[in-house]
Amino acid sequence: MDKDYHTSFGNNLSPRNPSKLSRPKRFNITFIISFLILFALWIIFSGRFDGFHITLGLISSAIVAAFSGDLMFTSRNARSIFLLWLRMTTYIPWLLYQIFLANLHVMYLVLHPRMMELINPKIIQFDSRLKSEYSRMVFANSITLTPGTITVNVNALGRFSVHCIDDPSGQPLPGKMEEKIAHVFKE
Amino acid sequence: MNILVILLLFGGLFFFTGGSIGILRFPDFYTRLHPAGKLDTAGQFLTMSAISLYIMQDFTLHTFLTATKIVLIVIFVYLTSPTATHAIMDAGVRAGLKPWTKAGRHDLAD
Amino acid sequence: MDTLFYYSGFYLSLIMFLPLYRAIFGPTVVDRLIGVNAIGSKTTVLLILIGLIYGRVDMFVDIALAYALLNFIAVLAASRYFHKKKGLYEESAD
Repeated sequence: MDKDYHTSFGNNLSPRNPSKLSRPKRFNITFIISFLILFALWIIFSGRFDGFHITLGLISSAIVAAFSGDLMFTSRNARSIFLLWLRMTTYIPWLLYQIFLANLHVMYLVLHPRMMELINPKIIQFDSRLKSEYSRMVFANSITLTPGTITVNVNALGRFSVHCIDDPSGQPLPGKMEEKIAHVFKE
Repeated sequence: MNILVILLLFGGLFFFTGGSIGILRFPDFYTRLHPAGKLDTAGQFLTMSAISLYIMQDFTLHTFLTATKIVLIVIFVYLTSPTATHAIMDAGVRAGLKPWTKAGRHDLAD
Repeated sequence: MDTLFYYSGFYLSLIMFLPLYRAIFGPTVVDRLIGVNAIGSKTTVLLILIGLIYGRVDMFVDIALAYALLNFIAVLAASRYFHKKKGLYEESAD
């Protein structure tokens, strides 16, 4: 296998200086982190702890991590990855709470006898100030996970088209959710 | 503990009921996606957490692994459900289906 | 407790008839896709409930995981396939 597989396939978001390209970074931090995650998943899903299964798990997680180790991460710095995930863990409970509130709202709409008068489906558009693809992906998925709003399209300039089912669920966009994600990704 | 399990289970079944009724009641497929994609995900979250709590009651390594698998299914569903919803929505948009609006059927968003 | 799981599984399989209506009589193809997706997400929970009733949860959890994967892949593949057929499934009637 070619020795600079990772550097040639790595993240295109942050340009690295060309002097680093010559050095083969085979066992970089993204490889190690994804290897650990994959191996933990292997142990959970297999549930057997004899030597044969553990060896199979080691081999297969190493292969998968070598091929797709840098798909999940936007940075190669272990410290920034860790800090990003730490901030993400503060964002996810808030998102779950919002999802729960919006679920109750959609339940109210569904079970209301005069539902057709309450709903007002429309497509709203707004410009987001998030720059990187990763944060836009997280934002679009958060909008889609919150009931009442579904992301129809995001174009390259950061313009979101969102289908919302009635006025109260579409109003708070982009609003607080975008602020939180911008805080998570430090933008 | 059993009371918590029963409450979570009934909450999940309630959300499943809401999702199924919403699929029937809403006027067009864009609006039908809202209950289909999201209320079902919430129902799965609640019922699966109820079941994993119930399994974890006699705590051994085996039951712990099974409960972890159930939690991983929920995480998987939460990662993939926005993608599936967006794929269906995109198929509808590319096919040129007009969204239902209150004013009239055939005015697209400006 | 087993009786409760039994009846909730029964109730879940009853509820599955509502999206089935949408999957059979849905006016457009994407409506049928929504119905199939909703049935699949209920089946994932129903499989684990069946595992609890039979006392073999460890086995049925794997089946449920595979079913969740299949549901996702099927919806993605079907929607990618159908969006090429423009104009094939305009809503009829009015």
